[in-house]
Amino acid sequence: MTTLAFPDVAWLPLLPLMVIGATALLVLVADLFSEGPDYDALGWLGLIGLIVAAVCAALLWNQSGSTLAGTLVLDRYGLFFTILFAVGSGLTLLLSMNYLETTDIRSGDYYTLLLFSTVGMVLMATSVDLIVIFLGLEVMSIAAYALAGIWRTQVRSNEAALKYFILGAFASGFLLLGIALLFGASGETLLPRIGEVAATGTGEQRLLVTIGAALLLVGFGFKVAAAPFHSWAPDVYEGAPTAVTAFMAAGIKAAAFAAFVRVFVDSLGPLAGDWRGALWILAVLTMTVGNVSALVQRNIKRLLAYSSIAHAGYLLVGMVAGGENGNAAVLFYLAVYTFMTVGAFAVVIALGRRGQPHEDLDDWAGVGLRSPFLGFAMTVFMLSLAGVPPLAGFMGKFYLFSAALEAGYVWLTVIAVVNSLVSVYYYVGVLVKMYMAEGGVEAEATSARPYLFAALVATLAGTFLLGLFPTPWFEIARRSVESLI
Amino acid sequence: MFFLLSVPLVLFSLGVVLARSPVRSALSLVVALFLLAVMFFLLDARMIAALQVIVYAGAIMVLFLFVIMLLNLQHEPVETARPGQRTIAGAFAVVFALVLGAVALRGLPTMPGPGVEVAVTPSFGSVESLAERLFTRHALAFEVTSVLLLGAIVGAVVLARKIPR
Amino acid sequence: MLTVVVVSVIKALIVIGMVLNLAGILGWVERKGSALIQDRIGANRAAIFGFAGAGLVNTLLADPIKFLTKEDVIPRGVDRLLHTLAPCVALFPAIVAFAAVPFGDRLRIGDMVVNLQAVEIDVGVLFLLAMTSLGVYGVVLGGWASNNRLSLLGGIRGSAQMISYELAMGLAVVAVVLTYGSLDFQEIVRRQGHMIGGWIPAWGILYQPLAFLLLLIAGIAETKRAPFDLPEGESEIVSGYFTEYSGIKYLMFFMTDFVEIAVVSAVVTTFFFGGWQVPFLASEGFVFPWGWSVPLPHVVVVLLQVAAYMVKVFIFCCLQVLVRWTMPRLRYDQLMWFGWKVMLPLGLANLVVTALVLLWIQG
Repeated sequence: MTTLAFPDVAWLPLLPLMVIGATALLVLVADLFSEGPDYDALGWLGLIGLIVAAVCAALLWNQSGSTLAGTLVLDRYGLFFTILFAVGSGLTLLLSMNYLETTDIRSGDYYTLLLFSTVGMVLMATSVDLIVIFLGLEVMSIAAYALAGIWRTQVRSNEAALKYFILGAFASGFLLLGIALLFGASGETLLPRIGEVAATGTGEQRLLVTIGAALLLVGFGFKVAAAPFHSWAPDVYEGAPTAVTAFMAAGIKAAAFAAFVRVFVDSLGPLAGDWRGALWILAVLTMTVGNVSALVQRNIKRLLAYSSIAHAGYLLVGMVAGGENGNAAVLFYLAVYTFMTVGAFAVVIALGRRGQPHEDLDDWAGVGLRSPFLGFAMTVFMLSLAGVPPLAGFMGKFYLFSAALEAGYVWLTVIAVVNSLVSVYYYVGVLVKMYMAEGGVEAEATSARPYLFAALVATLAGTFLLGLFPTPWFEIARRSVESLI
Repeated sequence: MFFLLSVPLVLFSLGVVLARSPVRSALSLVVALFLLAVMFFLLDARMIAALQVIVYAGAIMVLFLFVIMLLNLQHEPVETARPGQRTIAGAFAVVFALVLGAVALRGLPTMPGPGVEVAVTPSFGSVESLAERLFTRHALAFEVTSVLLLGAIVGAVVLARKIPR
Repeated sequence: MLTVVVVSVIKALIVIGMVLNLAGILGWVERKGSALIQDRIGANRAAIFGFAGAGLVNTLLADPIKFLTKEDVIPRGVDRLLHTLAPCVALFPAIVAFAAVPFGDRLRIGDMVVNLQAVEIDVGVLFLLAMTSLGVYGVVLGGWASNNRLSLLGGIRGSAQMISYELAMGLAVVAVVLTYGSLDFQEIVRRQGHMIGGWIPAWGILYQPLAFLLLLIAGIAETKRAPFDLPEGESEIVSGYFTEYSGIKYLMFFMTDFVEIAVVSAVVTTFFFGGWQVPFLASEGFVFPWGWSVPLPHVVVVLLQVAAYMVKVFIFCCLQVLVRWTMPRLRYDQLMWFGWKVMLPLGLANLVVTALVLLWIQG
């Protein structure tokens, strides 16, 4: 019988991943012993695990290495995203602990699925093996499909889960075919090897890689909800439970971008001349479609969904610009966007009550005056999303667009800026409704929902911090992408 | 031998898409998967061939048929697409086929023609060589797959169990 | 090249002959056995020119003739193609699965060495699992294509049952494969050739008793016979998935059952009872631990081995007939409970323990 030489396992690169994975399993087991209807303890457990994982990742900042035959790497890029995902998922957990009380979701599995999804996200950001990246994407997505449909008694939640699942599976098909072509061209699924073939391969090899890249572009385009592959997003965002929507907008989008940037910059970089043009078109379409559609939305979750599409467009601008500045700007903006969008959804949750989600914009009339804190928070998030200084959203867009200008994409920058201006209309529209209209509903006092309050304070702090003192944070983002280029 | 297999394979694959009755569609897929397994077998990938039949033809497709039968779908009414949709979809399909065809035409001349024996080590396709790759080079992917399955099971249970009162 | 083809064809013919005759014989054994168990005189009407004495031979002849001459009724509104296809799809994998099991050691004729196994493949065990997993389609198709709700019920019951018990079966097989360290049936049989302490044949049953039970039970469940005969369930759903079949197609379904019994017996024999091994029979003849030895020519040794294999298989076939006529039918929820909550955990535990023990032995 032949004996296998098991590869040396360096455990350090696996540490954050294993912490989150272990937490997920712990929550799964703890769920067996916890009696409903209150599952806050599980939420705390998950939160602690995510914090530990983030701290581990931060402590590893100056380390580098790889493990398991080079499929998983320890670099700053991966660590940056690990921390970002831990923060995004942690904020979602905080939101959920109060949100679930207003729903019929009586299940500790909610937390387990959320943590599983986070495991997948971390894998997507830290792996350089296309197979593992794909598996990570599936781990993330399958948990997310289930989360979208977890409010079983709500028809629209079921609808969201089904739509998300079918279109997601379709997108996975594109990704897989792309991966297969890349494998066919290079005989490997490791990104560095594919990069070599893309740079120095024969004509046929490069042709295969190009087509593979096009298919990957479609696959990732689906996942980040870029036009014209965005059509699932509004329905899914609207139908999914609001906390899950926040998670999709922040975490899943960031994870998709993490893998997107890593694959395209790290290994398909030599073909940048080919895919930049396609991304250019995609960016313009995405921004425009997102912003123009958002103008006519009456449902706040749909509005935020289109806004999320538009933001994917801005992020694509950063990818088109490329280079250290462009990619660093993408990372920075993803961090900023996590805080802004989770915060905005937190306000949506704060306004809802049991059986009355209050997602219609008309319900929001006058809320700003009756609940000053919620009004203030929403003002900050809306203005930040619109890109008004001195908030984080402005700095994020500033870095993105200046990178595009530096790289010589004048027209793209002009279109992006015009789009930002258009977006101000609907973001401010929400504020106008909140402060200048009469009627609407009464919001529950935020002090009665401590977790939600904590989440709001955290996201507000993040939005201000990244807006007022952006330089050190941008520096971190720049360090993170150094290893890519 | 190749054409003996590949022609029916393509025909049955088409059958999957074109058959009106979902049961026939699923059965075409079963046959296509089986033929694919035979192809693997002829390529000396015996383990993969067996797994292909066990997992796809033997397990997954049975579940497909099971669900179709439970729902008792006889003839699904064909959804009428919006008028422009078909044209656009067709155009995209044609363009995609052209691109793939162009690649194939460019790539074909450099491919080794029939009759060229490709050197294969004796252990090729054996269980041992597969295990070696799986547990060394792809150890992470292997482990992640188990996480994926666990997550999928939790998700499926969450969505399928009785709604608690 | 030509000889290889000829030898392969001969081996295939031997296997087909073996399995089809066995199926016919089992038909008689089943009737006689049931009569014996129920304390009545059975299977005594197949008389040729008034002569009913040679019951077995008469039945072997009469059964096929009866079925072949019956009208083949195809009910209205059925999917004709699938209706016809179903019995073939049921029978084919069963016969092919039987072919993977070796019925003897290597036979040397002059310079040529013939491996007495119709399907020579190094992943034979997987091949067998693949073929048995295809067996479901006959049931599913038969049930669906008959355009009869009772048939459909039988088909659905059958597919659910077979999927459920396939898992336990697979787990039991994996534990066995782990023990022998091979997926090749011949190799597995050879490794059962030595004696423990010189006296006890090192058959699999001593190493994997639990796997033997699991495999036998799951195997009986896969054949869809009592106590697992819910897909047919004649007291509830007439005859289940083959209610609407008659004539030769019915015969094919009927035979599938018996072929599957033979497959289960062959697999159990090979995994746990030394396959073609005869205790104390080495390649040169009998060598007994107390010192005697009986040298035998090669051909005799091989023939003895083939005969031993057949006897063992036949014993297990009879065991299954015995089980079928003495056990009451399970209820459907009991069936599922048993499959998922007893068989599957036991199979998993057996696998884990096997792996741990092997790890311990190998250090």
